[in-house]
Amino acid sequence: MADIIRLKNINKIYGEKIKTQVLFDINLNFEEGSFNSIIGESGSGKSTMLNIIGTLDKPTSGEVYISGDRTDTLNKQSLAELRNQTMGFIFQFHYLLPEFTAKENILMPYKIHNYNVPKDVDEWADELLQLAGLTKVSKNLANDMSGGQQQRTAIARALINRPKIILADEPTGNLDSDTTENVYKILRDINEMYKTTFVIITHDQRIAEKTDRIIEVKDGRVHLDLKR
Amino acid sequence: MRLAFSIALRFLKSGKGQTILIVLGISVGVAVQLFIGSLIQGLQINLVNTTIGNAPQITITPTNSEKTIKEWERALYEAQISSNDIINIAVAADGPASIDYESDIDPVLIRGFKLEDGNKIYGFEEGLYAGQLPSRKDEAIIGKELADKTGTNINDRILIVSPFGGTIRLTVTGLYDLKVSSINETWVITNLETAQDILGIGNQVTGVEMQVNEVFEADIVAKSLAYTLSLSDIRVDNWKDQNQQLLSGLNGQSVSSIMIQVFVLVAVLLGISSVLAISVVQRSKQLGILKAMGIKDRDASLIFVFQGLMLGILGAILGIALGFGLLISFTTFAVNPDGTPVVPIYINNGFVALSGMFAIISAMTASLIPARLSSKLNPIEVIKNG
Repeated sequence: MADIIRLKNINKIYGEKIKTQVLFDINLNFEEGSFNSIIGESGSGKSTMLNIIGTLDKPTSGEVYISGDRTDTLNKQSLAELRNQTMGFIFQFHYLLPEFTAKENILMPYKIHNYNVPKDVDEWADELLQLAGLTKVSKNLANDMSGGQQQRTAIARALINRPKIILADEPTGNLDSDTTENVYKILRDINEMYKTTFVIITHDQRIAEKTDRIIEVKDGRVHLDLKR
Repeated sequence: MRLAFSIALRFLKSGKGQTILIVLGISVGVAVQLFIGSLIQGLQINLVNTTIGNAPQITITPTNSEKTIKEWERALYEAQISSNDIINIAVAADGPASIDYESDIDPVLIRGFKLEDGNKIYGFEEGLYAGQLPSRKDEAIIGKELADKTGTNINDRILIVSPFGGTIRLTVTGLYDLKVSSINETWVITNLETAQDILGIGNQVTGVEMQVNEVFEADIVAKSLAYTLSLSDIRVDNWKDQNQQLLSGLNGQSVSSIMIQVFVLVAVLLGISSVLAISVVQRSKQLGILKAMGIKDRDASLIFVFQGLMLGILGAILGIALGFGLLISFTTFAVNPDGTPVVPIYINNGFVALSGMFAIISAMTASLIPARLSSKLNPIEVIKNG
């Protein structure tokens, strides 16, 4: 399969006066439809890497390609569009809008692009609700759900625009082990059903072991790259 | 844009306490503005009415040695055609005389009018508390103070001594009170012919008096009148030139009223701005994720502009209602002994609309700071800090 994400000689330096380099010459490619995990100690630079892939952050030097197109040179407006159309984000915290219901939150990325929701998208939202086991709470406000339900809502939200890439930063960091299992099962199912590319940062060794590829980042460098 | 609106609406609905506080803040501002503005306007209109409402606002006076206008009919005609704003034109034959009663002789001012014309300016008929206006020659009305002093009643005859020493008896047909004691004490009001006889000026008059539609335009109208008049040896005066102190007083009042209103608005503006700015911080996580999901900076800032707009509209409506409530209770409770309000309030629809518009514009202006914060918010900051 072709590479959907390509990082070329990525360096990232924070700070103006006191410079701290967090990434050193990263060269990484991710295949379309692959299920990848990134592991590493906190402060190793893995989150920065994920944010650079997700165009939320810019590299100090180097090039980023998504689906073959260079992104580090795009303006804010184009990046917003690119993120909306090709990427889904799942963070450790769900960041749902508490003023909206589960289903409304799920539809939010679609509405950012197009306020009127056509029938097929509405049905897709219902399907996602079912996939995430949220059908019963679809009309609950975000705060009226359990932690697991909230995180699964965030996952469904990441999927509504059928993105090619899902970037997840410790998506289960806040959840108990049973719920963690459940969430990973959902992610894996989506990967298999829709051939969505996953890049997941995790602390959980057991979870990492279930992925197709494990990348370990250490002190801003790729320390280990294991493919199955 | 519609998404920004619906998010703004939800934000307002979910933060009910905050929303109510801001709306109350705006509406109190609007109400105070409306109340003070209407009160000052009412005060000014009332003051102007009592001072110059029942007095000529433009006068034509002769400057020749006889102090009379011979061709007054031409002056009358030219005044009529010079401007549409001129109303209530009256010619007057005025002059000093004396009244001879029981033990004394006192000076009086003979004022002769075509009475229906003079009545329009001075409101003689309204001022009458006994009797009626003169209808024939050698009849007159006199003021309350003069009647009391001379012990005159209706249908009594008073003895007037003309400036040339001649005497004439006038029948008093009515007694008036024009609420100005110097007028009540000295004016003997009669018809034009009687006055002309007493003063010995033949068919001439000593002045032409008139009022205007817009009292504050009197100087402009007077100017164009002076330009139109073809008579020589005359002078055109207007109340504004003769009442500079009153005018500067009114101006001072207007300026202080505007100052109060501006400061109220500034206070409201700062209040809204700070509350909305706090709400950006409160919702920075949600804004961050919205940006990560691809909402444009413009829409992210529109959320707060829409909030400002909605708060402004709500605040303006409530504030206008509250302002009217204040005005009504003021006119109901702050009254004179006779039951009339201390200051009659004039509701100026244009001013009400302006107050409302100002509130809405202020609220939107106030939302620009939080809107800018929201637009500048970088999702990475939020996501990094958890």
